[in-house]
Amino acid sequence: MSKRQIEGTTPFDADAARKGYALNKMCFSFNSAENRAAFERDEEAYMRQYGLSEAQKAAIRSRQVLQLIEAGGNAYYLAKFAGIFGLDMQDIGAQQTGMSKDAFKAKLQAYAND
Amino acid sequence: MAQLIGGLASSHIPAIGGAIHKGLQAEPYWAPFFAGYPPVQRWLASARPDVLVIFYNDHGLNFFLDKMPTFAIGAAAEYRNADEGWGIPTMPPFRGEVDLSWHLINTLVAQDFDLVTCQEMLVDHACTLPLKLFWPEGEAPVTIVPININTVQFPLPSAKRCYALGQAVGAAIASWNSDKKVAVLASGGLSHQLDGERAGFINKAFDLQFMDSLVSNPEWATQFSSLDLVEKTGTQGVELLMWLAMRAALSTAGPRVREVHRNYHIPISNTATGLMALEVV
Repeated sequence: MSKRQIEGTTPFDADAARKGYALNKMCFSFNSAENRAAFERDEEAYMRQYGLSEAQKAAIRSRQVLQLIEAGGNAYYLAKFAGIFGLDMQDIGAQQTGMSKDAFKAKLQAYAND
Repeated sequence: MAQLIGGLASSHIPAIGGAIHKGLQAEPYWAPFFAGYPPVQRWLASARPDVLVIFYNDHGLNFFLDKMPTFAIGAAAEYRNADEGWGIPTMPPFRGEVDLSWHLINTLVAQDFDLVTCQEMLVDHACTLPLKLFWPEGEAPVTIVPININTVQFPLPSAKRCYALGQAVGAAIASWNSDKKVAVLASGGLSHQLDGERAGFINKAFDLQFMDSLVSNPEWATQFSSLDLVEKTGTQGVELLMWLAMRAALSTAGPRVREVHRNYHIPISNTATGLMALEVV
């Protein structure tokens, strides 16, 4: 059965949940400040500890949210990864849409006039 | 018997917690959002609910993909908030209404709602921020029963199922042997999308129609599948399932609702924010 396509959107379904488990488990661990510090001390060792696939490791190294979603990442857990770098949702939105942060904020603001 | 007096709905963006912590409520960016709340605060001060049943969605604080319930209900004497990973300040614990939790569990499971029951449960910003918005000074003068609806992993429960859950919760509140006044709270929404090339998507026309429907045609949104709702409201806009469950609970308590207040503001963070207070009449 082919999946329903929604433009620019990857619902976190069974396929993503299976593929992304290790990546999401690592990101879930970032609820703890101690774990965030351990990741920052040695990213590679931390990723090995959680058994990330090569694609997931590459996505983490890239800091690119679309690549992390492609590797099975879920937005709620990825937000904890982004938090380590002090990125807010407009930073993340700008990155995913290829816009500057100001342009992304202007796009959000423009919806008020719809 | 307990009395279900009304319902509340509010967005719960984490950035709100930062704004409260830094005292930015009067800043131009934040003022149109925070200005929505005083009329609801005044209604709460006069209606004085003793207990809040809270429909919310955990964002990866209490639940992970290892065990992901579709519906989960708290049955704890105390609910703690904790570090969610982005350093927003945590809040003091909330008191649980344990008798109502177990009354809901016994009643709903008997009606074929197979709830996961939690005697320990961390509550995240979705649970804590609305309470801080409704009672900005000091601790919220209510006990709580949190009910978590999965919006993390598809398949999500359908809008129709969430509505049925809300109806069952409303009826169970009315059969609780207590003289307490209960209100229901929905935390989440409205349209927003954090992830993907469509990040930043907002649908004002749908949001406004949805808010209108809650007053006079509450089952309107149950026609949509979860993926319909993603398409129309964004990947996180599906949090409007909480609003539907809240409104469904009220439908069992009286023939109609009176709209006490609403506010709608675009944007806070990446979100179209919504606020509603409805009184059972």
